[in-house]
Amino acid sequence: MPSGRRVRRTRDGVFQVRLPPEERELLVTLVGALRAALDGDDPQAEPALRRLFPPAYAHPADEEAEAEYQALVHDDLLASRRAALDVLEATASRDRLEEAELLSWMTALNQLRLVLGTRLDVSEDDEPGPDPEDRAAPLHDIYHYLGVLLEAVIDALER
Amino acid sequence: MAGRASTAPVELEEPDIDQVTETDVPWIVLVWNDPINLMSYVTFVFQKLFGYSREKATALMLDVHHKGRAVVASGAREKCELDVFRLHEHGLWATMQHDV
Repeated sequence: MPSGRRVRRTRDGVFQVRLPPEERELLVTLVGALRAALDGDDPQAEPALRRLFPPAYAHPADEEAEAEYQALVHDDLLASRRAALDVLEATASRDRLEEAELLSWMTALNQLRLVLGTRLDVSEDDEPGPDPEDRAAPLHDIYHYLGVLLEAVIDALER
Repeated sequence: MAGRASTAPVELEEPDIDQVTETDVPWIVLVWNDPINLMSYVTFVFQKLFGYSREKATALMLDVHHKGRAVVASGAREKCELDVFRLHEHGLWATMQHDV
């Protein structure tokens, strides 16, 4: 790991990103996998992807409103998700990012965490332990890594 | 409770009391606790989307975390739908319902 913070706001208002190449490659790989899933025939078929498209009206009495709402906004939400993933993929190798680009990193990283966390059925105190017997251990490591990186992005944006 | 949103008042037409229907009841936007979204992330999103202070955003996030949900915004149906959409864009578990 490079010393110092992974993401840092510089004096000229842009953000410096210090990540080793293998981490950048991992991000591109994860984005590609999620985009492929979103572009699949029925992205709603998988529970983990449904997490990206939650209901707006939870009350049974608002069933009609919910159907109208989904018909109206689903495509916009999907386009917004793709746009954030596109930015992360296109800028994954860059050392410097504009604030708008880093905000796209933020939402893209969060999407990746949501899908992975749902697949892993994580709990609130999920701390991936060193359990070599656990076949999902590598995915837990990735989930944990995405959380660390997302924290670094938020920390930089808040400074 | 701390979750009460102090959003700018929407245009209020004085409704004839006889014409008050279900649709005139204001709506509230709720954010629900989930095990994945980071506390720092939720706080940041509340500030970014609603312009809340860090203190207010943190209080709302803690309400979500400890009580399971918090009211983060309220108002007319269209405004609440937009708020829900923006919260969904950011991956938060948000729903809206009548404020009854």
